[in-house]
Amino acid sequence: MSGPDQDDPQVREAQANRLRAVWAAPTGWFGRWTDVNNNAVGNWYALTAGFFMLFAGVLAVIMRTQLAVPENDLVGAETYNQLFTLHGSMMMFLFAVPMFEAVSIILLPQLLGARDLPFPRLSAFGFWSFVLGGTFVAGSILFNAAPQGGWFMYPPLTTETHLSGIGADIWMLGLSFIEVSSIAAAVELIVGVLKCRPPGMRLNLMPLYSWYILVVAVMILFAFPPLIAGDLLFEMERLLDWPFFDPARGGDPLLWQHLFWIFGHPEVYIIFLPSIALFAMLIPTFAQRHLLGYPFIVLAAVGTGFLSFGLWVHHMFATGLPKISLAFFSAASEAVVIPTGIQIFAFIATLWAGKVQKSTPLLWATGSLVVFVIGGLTGVMVAIAPFDWQAHDTYFVVAHLHYVLIGGTLMPLFAGLYYYWPLITGKKLSDRLGRIAFWFVFVGANLTFFPMHFSGLMGMPRRVFTYPEELGLGGLNLASTIGAYIIAIGVGIVVLDIARSPWRKRAARNPWNAGTLEWLAYPEDENWGIRSIPLIESRYPIWDQKDFVRKVDEGRYFLPDAEEGRRETIITSVLDARPRLVIRLGTPSVKPMLAAFALGGVFILTTFHFYWAALVSGLLAFAAILWWVWTGTAEIPEKECKSIGHGIDLPLYGSGPVAPGWWAMFITMLGDGTAFGGLVFGYFFFWTVHADFPPPGIEGPGVAWPMAALAATLAAWLLTIAAREVHRRGHVALARAALVAGVLANLAACGAGFAGPWLSGLDPQQHVYPAIVWVLTGWTVAHGAVGVVMQLYALARSLAGKATPKHDADVRNITLYHHFLAVTAAATYPVLGLFPEVL
Amino acid sequence: MIRKLRRASKRLRVTLWTLIVSPLIWTGHFLFCYLFAAIWCAKTGGAMLDPVRWAIGAATVVALILILVDAYIAWVQMRLPGDEPPHQESTRIDRLRFIAVATLMLAGLSFIAVVYTALPALFFASCR
Repeated sequence: MSGPDQDDPQVREAQANRLRAVWAAPTGWFGRWTDVNNNAVGNWYALTAGFFMLFAGVLAVIMRTQLAVPENDLVGAETYNQLFTLHGSMMMFLFAVPMFEAVSIILLPQLLGARDLPFPRLSAFGFWSFVLGGTFVAGSILFNAAPQGGWFMYPPLTTETHLSGIGADIWMLGLSFIEVSSIAAAVELIVGVLKCRPPGMRLNLMPLYSWYILVVAVMILFAFPPLIAGDLLFEMERLLDWPFFDPARGGDPLLWQHLFWIFGHPEVYIIFLPSIALFAMLIPTFAQRHLLGYPFIVLAAVGTGFLSFGLWVHHMFATGLPKISLAFFSAASEAVVIPTGIQIFAFIATLWAGKVQKSTPLLWATGSLVVFVIGGLTGVMVAIAPFDWQAHDTYFVVAHLHYVLIGGTLMPLFAGLYYYWPLITGKKLSDRLGRIAFWFVFVGANLTFFPMHFSGLMGMPRRVFTYPEELGLGGLNLASTIGAYIIAIGVGIVVLDIARSPWRKRAARNPWNAGTLEWLAYPEDENWGIRSIPLIESRYPIWDQKDFVRKVDEGRYFLPDAEEGRRETIITSVLDARPRLVIRLGTPSVKPMLAAFALGGVFILTTFHFYWAALVSGLLAFAAILWWVWTGTAEIPEKECKSIGHGIDLPLYGSGPVAPGWWAMFITMLGDGTAFGGLVFGYFFFWTVHADFPPPGIEGPGVAWPMAALAATLAAWLLTIAAREVHRRGHVALARAALVAGVLANLAACGAGFAGPWLSGLDPQQHVYPAIVWVLTGWTVAHGAVGVVMQLYALARSLAGKATPKHDADVRNITLYHHFLAVTAAATYPVLGLFPEVL
Repeated sequence: MIRKLRRASKRLRVTLWTLIVSPLIWTGHFLFCYLFAAIWCAKTGGAMLDPVRWAIGAATVVALILILVDAYIAWVQMRLPGDEPPHQESTRIDRLRFIAVATLMLAGLSFIAVVYTALPALFFASCR
């Protein structure tokens, strides 16, 4: 076999030096923040999310102090409203979800033996979006401007601008911006799990953590977009007075509840599954055996992912929906217990069958199972509609949700913290402090939240800033407050433990003697991820494959070098992880940060009604993204193929489904299509609440214009497909002509789409019907405009020599976009034009 | 017919998508039940629910049959010749049988979930 001689230490050293140089982190006081490597971005992400957790925790302690005794006056009602709204919103949006993304960005490449995730700059973009949006939302309380409508922001309280100040806009726009970063992370993680696995890691050998991440990332894709659609309608009402949630003009506040909870309930599982995924990694380590029931865990993760989308109405049991509707959701809520229970039994069985080694991470894990199961049992209770009517909006629900979230998210994350700290820093945390902290948190959580079951059943409502002494709730509340302080002490001990970490001595490599790939990481913190990308033959390669660690370290597997001075990783096939492609990864760059800040400007400036400045910021974001994409994607390599060792040559350029970029487009558009689905749901929701829709006296956009718009969109779609096909066959000039014609067709579609409601004089402030017509039209026209930009982009790439018939990723990706655009138009225009005619 | 299905099952291409066939059937069934009942109740006032109950009954039978077919295909594939479980070798056949086991179990879960979803139709005679 030809190729470098891995037996020669000098060859190995030269390879390592090249890798080290290529993967070196940028330096300089500003330059260091342009890093995009997963361990830098992941750590920043985790630290920021951790900081927000402490911040939101302090808010909770202030609340508990206020509630310690009856008729306390530490804070007033308005401040208290801000405290509970921000506590919930921050814990969900700024801690739990971003922390999952952060941990995944840190761990996933290691678990998959990849050098990095496929889009490192996208991770950096997500992080900077998160920092900016998070600071904006969290900081609002310092200016007494925080949102005060509860973490679910129910209208009409929150859409009436005189009842809710700027806080509601800060919530909507700040968190919408963060949702964008969550979707970016979902794209990154899905493509990472499906396409960046090491050769040989077929689906049946994937670490369970990656199964969970795959499921959760897909859930984000379908859960967050309905909320984005809701946010859009919400801000249209607040900023432009379009009456989506105003019953006086045909709107309905219940639509917000639907859209919020279609997001909100899967959200609970979005933060629970990745935390419990940490158990799937650490329990086999401390049982020193393979996890029992691998397919059961996959079943549980996938099953929970699906069923969790059938639960949202159980937050709306008290809204007066038809009883039979409630019963469907009650049934699904009981069904989700099955997969949730299965994974807990699998973990217990593994511990039972193995030789358990007691450790701090395992203590946190087992303790959290206890807490979670108590929360799960009260969950079974509140899933029964008649019981829920009694407990709704009382402290019983507060107790339930905190048991679930502390047992299902917070404590598992602490278990993960103690388990993975040596992987990230090379040093162990103190086992003794960890155990002490555990007992504080465990006892504190039970002391805080168990009494709340009783205060709730005795009638204490949620979200009250004080309560009269005569209710007899003083003792229970005092106990809860003492418990909260005990939790705070426990968390404080963890923080202290972390703060002392830099002065501790280095731990051994793989200190827990784990069997999975992530523990190949060096304690000395090499940035290259993994020395050579291994061939995987087992679920626990470090345990099962002979001389595995040595072979990886000596570069005896794939891609042990960086001859061309580029950051690279291997792309493999989805099912069987056969090597398909070597891709060049993004290097440190300021572009993602610029794009994030400019895009953040749009949201923040809009909050304060600086619309012109927001427009300028939007144009800057557009320019930054174009610059980033133009210079950083679909680059034509200097040679067609490269050897990854062991006689395997892989292409350096891919287009279509083999390329990660195509998948990113596909996944992004699935999310985009879901948001659109949320808007269409809105249209039909209003149709069901009105006897006549369109209402008498208001004419719709007619048939002609919508149908013309549909025809033009379909023409643009077919022309784009034609461009792809003739381009592939080498007719470059013809392809360019088809793209130009496609641009014209798209522009015509936008014009015709706009003309429908415009020429029929639909006034969106008058009634919800014109408003929803305008929103659907605006959405579709905006997507048509993006289609124009994409067609022009592909044309420019061709003219600039950056795309050729053999290197056609751009035109294939924009064709994929146009498939989705065609579906959007094929839904919008018949709904607007034909539906009012047939009914 | 079963024999034909059995032969076809062995040749069927398995992908990540086939794993989620049964949960997708549950999704379709769930949405049908919920949306049909919600629209019926909103548009008719909902004094009488019988058409909805019959429709849900029919949809449930269809969904359960489809899930059973999916489960049967998975069961056949699970038993393709090879070594015993756990299917944890890096071979094509183990990957296939692993997906088959997971598909079969998801079919089981979906079956139960569909039955759960259908139960309200047995008990509710009106929307109120």
